[in-house]
Amino acid sequence: MMNYGEDAIRAEGLRVVRGGRVVLDDVSFAVPRGSVTGLLGPSGCGKSTLMRAIVGVQARVSGRLDVLGRPAGHRRLRSAIGYVTQAPSVYADLTVRENLRYFGRLLGASTEDLDRVLREVDLTDRQDAPVARLSGGQRARVSLAAALLGTPELLVLDEPTVGLDPVLRRDLWGLFHRLAAGGVTLLVSSHVMDEAERCERLLLLRDGALLADDTPAALLARTGTEDAEAAFLALVDAAAEPETPTTSAATAAGPRSAS
Amino acid sequence: MTGTATTATARRVLGQLRHDPRTVALMLLVPCVLLTLLYWLYDDRPEQFDHIGGPLLGIFPFVVMFLVASVATLRERSTGTLERLLTMPIGKMQLIGGYALAFGIVAVLQAAVATGLAIGLLDLDVVGPTWLILCVAVLNALLGMALGLLVSAFADTEFQAVQFLPAVILPQFLLCGLFVPRDHMQPVLEAVSDVLPLSYAVDAMTRLSTEHEVSGLLLRDVAVIAGCVLAALGLGALTLRRRTP
Repeated sequence: MMNYGEDAIRAEGLRVVRGGRVVLDDVSFAVPRGSVTGLLGPSGCGKSTLMRAIVGVQARVSGRLDVLGRPAGHRRLRSAIGYVTQAPSVYADLTVRENLRYFGRLLGASTEDLDRVLREVDLTDRQDAPVARLSGGQRARVSLAAALLGTPELLVLDEPTVGLDPVLRRDLWGLFHRLAAGGVTLLVSSHVMDEAERCERLLLLRDGALLADDTPAALLARTGTEDAEAAFLALVDAAAEPETPTTSAATAAGPRSAS
Repeated sequence: MTGTATTATARRVLGQLRHDPRTVALMLLVPCVLLTLLYWLYDDRPEQFDHIGGPLLGIFPFVVMFLVASVATLRERSTGTLERLLTMPIGKMQLIGGYALAFGIVAVLQAAVATGLAIGLLDLDVVGPTWLILCVAVLNALLGMALGLLVSAFADTEFQAVQFLPAVILPQFLLCGLFVPRDHMQPVLEAVSDVLPLSYAVDAMTRLSTEHEVSGLLLRDVAVIAGCVLAALGLGALTLRRRTP
């Protein structure tokens, strides 16, 4: 395991330009190691772009972004990060097990490891089914299973629980916390605010800007609200307030106006 | 580790083909059906069949692998598996090497079946050594694969990828010397033909079917094809960007 202090991810003044548009602007935060951090925000707010930047596949990233003590995208990070894209990125024409076997070979994972991740995503009895014949939720779990292979120190999971059965969702969150207890850092995105309470820390993102980087309890206390959705709205309102006296043109000329 | 990632990728690609027996059957049978058709077509002129049969044994694997490779890599890009792989411990050349290994194995099979049929059953008259014909056929298959991989970077959809066949392959097919001998072409066309890789693939096959000896010109053709394969694979590797917009 690498030695990288307390924070698994540290971003300072992070900025990402995509197609001439500023998708993330001046984003700074830290994700403590061994934690489950939720990255929450509406669809299109820049969550996936931020995750792509962290795993090192996003072009035109400026500012500072350190992951596990190295600059994001460093080749030594490739065996230390498990990444699950929003759309399941597995081979539909292979069986569940064949998919995992391939990714496992790249990571040097053992057969026992394959069996373990199959159990963890509850797909042991479907392991010989072609992925093409699975439901959307099952495919998402195959994709997740592939990221759990080996010994990742950081898991970057883009909406891993969307469309899943509530029981399974609960089980997966249980798994996330077990992994975190074992020292793994998890960054889990969701556009569903009620998943906030399952996280130890929250990053709230809206229109490419970070609204909050806090624990759920502190966030609710600070905003005087009952749940994450209300806290989110309170923060949006608070962010808008200082700008009310200025002209609306000045507000619209901000870098995020194109979204 | 290098070998592991490459062979793992090759096994995965072959596994995908194994789940798609129809594609495998088409890859293996279509050249045979076409050769048989040609044999009947030149029923009364067997020397004509001998004239184009040899070059065709080199062209079939080229075309088929071009198509399969361009669609396979495009799929890899569009389904997000490429993005996942590029976050994992596998080098770009290992990934491409895995593809080359898998398609190379398929090419050996395809060339063996087509050559076996042409020489064994259809009395195709080739005077060069059969093993060398197989080698050149496999090299041509790798050339098709490398070009397919390269052009797939310029296609966003499978429709576009398939359109690269008439755009990239047909001009080479027309100018490769099969219809008009290359030294009888207009100077401009001959010059164009001189820089198209398929011309050398067909030249090599023609030499193998008409010459007993392994000539220096044959070796030159083989070297040109191999050089084109490496160049296209290198360019293809450049199109696999870890960081994308």
